[in-house]
Amino acid sequence: MSKRENKTDVIIVGAGPAGIAAAITVARAGFEAIVIERGTFAGSKNVFGGAVYTESVKEIFPDFETSAPLERKNIEHKFTILGEDDSTVISYRKSHETPVSYTVMRGKFDRWMAEEAKKEGVILVEETVVRELIVENEKVIGVKTELEDYYANIVILADGVNSLLAKQIGLREDIKPKDVAVSVKEVIKLDKQKINDRFLINDDEGCIYELFGGSMLGKLGLGFIYTNKDSVSIGLGITLDELDGTGLKPYELLEKIKQHPTIAPLIKDGEVIEYSAHLIPEGGYKKMPTLSGAGVMVTGDAAMLVNNMHWEGTNLAMVSGKIAGETAVVALNKEDFSENSLSRYQEKLEGTFVIKDLHTYRNLMDVMHDKKEVFMDVYFKKINAFFEMFTSVNGVPKRQLYRKFIFGFIKERGFCGLLSDAWAVFKLVWSILIK
Amino acid sequence: MNLDKNLSTLKYTPDKESHLKPCQEDCRTCTKRPCVNACPAGVYEWLEDEQRLLVKYENCLECGACRIICEKQSLEWEYPKGTKGVMFKRG
Repeated sequence: MSKRENKTDVIIVGAGPAGIAAAITVARAGFEAIVIERGTFAGSKNVFGGAVYTESVKEIFPDFETSAPLERKNIEHKFTILGEDDSTVISYRKSHETPVSYTVMRGKFDRWMAEEAKKEGVILVEETVVRELIVENEKVIGVKTELEDYYANIVILADGVNSLLAKQIGLREDIKPKDVAVSVKEVIKLDKQKINDRFLINDDEGCIYELFGGSMLGKLGLGFIYTNKDSVSIGLGITLDELDGTGLKPYELLEKIKQHPTIAPLIKDGEVIEYSAHLIPEGGYKKMPTLSGAGVMVTGDAAMLVNNMHWEGTNLAMVSGKIAGETAVVALNKEDFSENSLSRYQEKLEGTFVIKDLHTYRNLMDVMHDKKEVFMDVYFKKINAFFEMFTSVNGVPKRQLYRKFIFGFIKERGFCGLLSDAWAVFKLVWSILIK
Repeated sequence: MNLDKNLSTLKYTPDKESHLKPCQEDCRTCTKRPCVNACPAGVYEWLEDEQRLLVKYENCLECGACRIICEKQSLEWEYPKGTKGVMFKRG
């Protein structure tokens, strides 16, 4: 190949968790890594629910807890099933010695990661949009931005859920509405003491609400609340095909959740200081793109690496970025940037929790799409109805209450319906645990 | 919720030209116009009198929902230029 100006070892598109992890891995091995970010600063276009996971951040930044801008360490999960006007909460609380996750503000945290990467030699080019990949002889050899072309031996795509670049070179098909959720979020300013009192936590502790049902009963959508230092993030994600009609708009669904009697007191008198929206990849294992080609690898959201069952994304992004970076280093040492050489990225990723977990839950979304009217509506309501019955004190003998509840349930779902639900759950659990 | 009030919490640097270009001909025959409903920033509005899709691209949050949900798959969608568009301080 002829020598070109503007040529470097590795170009990374996107300065999110995946991109930074990839870039810093390349730089630490002594090669040149240029990150091209479309935002004014790293993080300025990035949105998520709320938490980064300690274990995966440590893989890149072992001492991040001493200097990164963190909000609160999460010590409690509250799985909350919202009915029309009631709710059931199952909560788990433990203050681990090493916290599992921290809430962060991406505008601060991603920026911090990018600054750390710069200290280690990564070159960050901001306010620059990569419009397309430059392909020569079926090999990716660089990127086209609005201003100029840059060339590299390897291009790592960390350009987020929309990844128009992966699509451009045919690594993936266009995303379907059922394989992505649109998420809206509000950051609500609240006095620190109020947050501590309402969520029953101390200054540096955080509490996560996972919200089911409510305004999304019968729909494939979930809500969340994360606590920050002096604000609370509340939002929801709803599968895009749910909005393919004349129903409520995403922000109207969020408004309804905010007004639910279980949620309203938590955010009372708070002031919205930031509204945001983002897409969440939900296609899972079956919708992952081809992860590499000659001169190119795909990481993070761009590769659909989100485990929506466990609300994980940034950790999958960082691990995939790191492995893509390691693969790039091996390729640079061998000067082999072929499809075969970079396919090691997928092989290595398959050996980690990232792809193993996506594989474990490969059937989850299919089942949920099939059964959402039942699982996300009837059963949620029944759980609340059970506890309403169980806690009622109304002079009716308990046996009569139980029987009424059970017969009502059977009548509503029907024997065939119940059998079909049980079979769907059995098959799903089998695919998760056995094969 | 007041969407306008929510959008006013954000810093925008709008471009002079829209980065969202629907095919108006397709919009006229589109049955559901799901972009109107799905957009979290209320960017799209169908003007019945003018038979035209109004695009308030200045309010775009750059999520990409409209591109994916477009029934006719004919919405030309690209990211705003590097210096333009929305900025999330928190995210």
